[in-house]
Amino acid sequence: MRLWLQSLTPRALFGLALVAVALLALPFVAAMGGQAWVRIANFAILYIFLALGLNIVVGFAGLLDLGYIAFYAVGAYLWALLASPHFGLHWPFWAILPLGAMVACCFGVILGAPTLKLRGDYLAIVTLGFGEIVRIFINNLNAPLNITNGPQGINLIDPVAIGEFKFSTTSTLFGITFTGPQKYYYLLVLLALAVIVINFRLQHSRIGRAWQAIREDEIAAKAVGINTRNIKLLAFAMGASFGGVAGGIFAAMQGFVSPESFSLIESVMILAMVVLGGMGHIPGVILGAVLLSVLPEALRYAVVPVQKMLFGEVLADPESLRMLVFGLALVLVMRFKPAGLLPSPERRRELAEKV
Amino acid sequence: MDTFLQQIINGLVQGAIYALVALGYTMVYGIMGLINFAHGEVVMLGTLIAITSITFLIKAGIAVPLAALIGISLSVLACMALGWSLERIAYRPLRHAPRLTPLITAIGMSIVLQNLAMMIWGRNYMIFPPLIEKTQFEVAGASFTNVQVIIVTVAALAMGGLLWLVYRTRLGMAMRATAQNPAVAGLMGVNANRVIASAFVIGSALGAVAGVMVGSYYEIAHYQMGFMLGLKAFTAAVLGGIGNLAGAMAGGVLLGLIEALGAGYIGDLTGGFLGSHYQDIFAFIVLIFVLMFRPSGLFGEKTGDRA
Repeated sequence: MRLWLQSLTPRALFGLALVAVALLALPFVAAMGGQAWVRIANFAILYIFLALGLNIVVGFAGLLDLGYIAFYAVGAYLWALLASPHFGLHWPFWAILPLGAMVACCFGVILGAPTLKLRGDYLAIVTLGFGEIVRIFINNLNAPLNITNGPQGINLIDPVAIGEFKFSTTSTLFGITFTGPQKYYYLLVLLALAVIVINFRLQHSRIGRAWQAIREDEIAAKAVGINTRNIKLLAFAMGASFGGVAGGIFAAMQGFVSPESFSLIESVMILAMVVLGGMGHIPGVILGAVLLSVLPEALRYAVVPVQKMLFGEVLADPESLRMLVFGLALVLVMRFKPAGLLPSPERRRELAEKV
Repeated sequence: MDTFLQQIINGLVQGAIYALVALGYTMVYGIMGLINFAHGEVVMLGTLIAITSITFLIKAGIAVPLAALIGISLSVLACMALGWSLERIAYRPLRHAPRLTPLITAIGMSIVLQNLAMMIWGRNYMIFPPLIEKTQFEVAGASFTNVQVIIVTVAALAMGGLLWLVYRTRLGMAMRATAQNPAVAGLMGVNANRVIASAFVIGSALGAVAGVMVGSYYEIAHYQMGFMLGLKAFTAAVLGGIGNLAGAMAGGVLLGLIEALGAGYIGDLTGGFLGSHYQDIFAFIVLIFVLMFRPSGLFGEKTGDRA
């Protein structure tokens, strides 16, 4: 770690320090606009988590997965079942999170195993079906044996807590008052940094290069001795375990889970984050996740005043107008930046060669 | 036995609708290898436009059959225009972009259309005006209505028409040629832009017909109805082997039958543990099994192991 820091130029070091300060100050700046904005920031980080997990499958290994939200659901429900009054269990977070990662990882392999032979769009529809199957089971497993409490969801889920220190309530540390969302923010930033480092290390590891080889040409990858079966399963498993961890934190942060949060449109949104940002390029994916999670929320605040300013009254239903603008933004970005906002250097080179 | 026959009938009707929608997916996919995610929304708009125009015309005092004819034609024309503009706006500029890019614009267009529909028609369920008097028939303990008969007949006619178009006309020949090899088809004087646009237009017309069928079958419609319908139809197209017309038809009917029989028998099969609300799972489980053994669908051509 020290070596890595020493290799940076003073300018880069300065930039890094600026980013660190901005990250530390963000929840307090956001809180000036209300705690809702801190929550939006938290969700943006959660989506970074998810988008990076999906990026392993779609961006690195080139396997189109439209059911990614299933792993998020598995992680969320595992937390909800093991730490809520529903079964009367209250496990600590350090037990649930690794378990959530492991269970989601198993689900990843269960999804991966039958789909190894499939290509492109066939894979997409099977993963999509898998996501729907998981959601339908969660929605209906309340009878005859009540496991998931069905469409009502599970309530009163325990927050993340270290001993007596709970992340959900306001508390004062070192003379500064932290609200619940602000505390979660710092926890999420720490986790997200870990995830980003893991992703960078993965991308440039032997496994990462094997994924890239499979993405570019599976037959050639096999020919040079890559065990494509295991490497593909590994991509599904690793992507899934990130989803599982994110799901657990989601459940704890919200205190409530229901099947509604895990519909297909969520999988599609996460895929849109990956593609819009720049598939396979970690900074791009992060940018995509932040943009697509903050934009709909920002539009929520913008559509009513803008309409009033332009027409003097609210003409269109704000909720559908903001989604309409959001959909248009997706189309326009892809129209003018077909490889994403921040494409990976290789991708950019390929596009330049083609023209 | 009567449950069996009854579910076969219900499944056939549902399957005919799936098949018509699936054709829209499969035509576009066969020619340009693109999943047109917005196709379900086109079907939804077809239903809603038909409802509005027919209701309006009936209120204006026009006889019901004439109103239905005008309303349905309007909805088909509107959907054709919509399909054409979708291709122009969201897909044509991206024909040489990375493979996932048009998928995202398709999703974007789907969000746009759905919310546009909500702004126009609102969140409430719309009642589809009754076009003909419903009569019930009984055969061997199973019952069906004349509406169901008309749906299956019209679907069969539309599919026959499509097959004729694709296999017996110059445009169809151009379509098949473009699907096989766009570059060579271009050298033979085929205008790829026109072929692709016509695939979108024809697919959307079939979608509008399917939309009217769904509306008159369930008698209600909603701005979110396109999503699940599109998903099922897409599943049907993949089940049959995406890009293959006969496959889409067979896949649609098969999916309808599987769902209906699954919903009818799942309770008995699992000793009452799983109820009929698991109906939607069947489609996907069968799909996964079929693709495990036939990775390019039931009728899909085997693609060579090449990158």
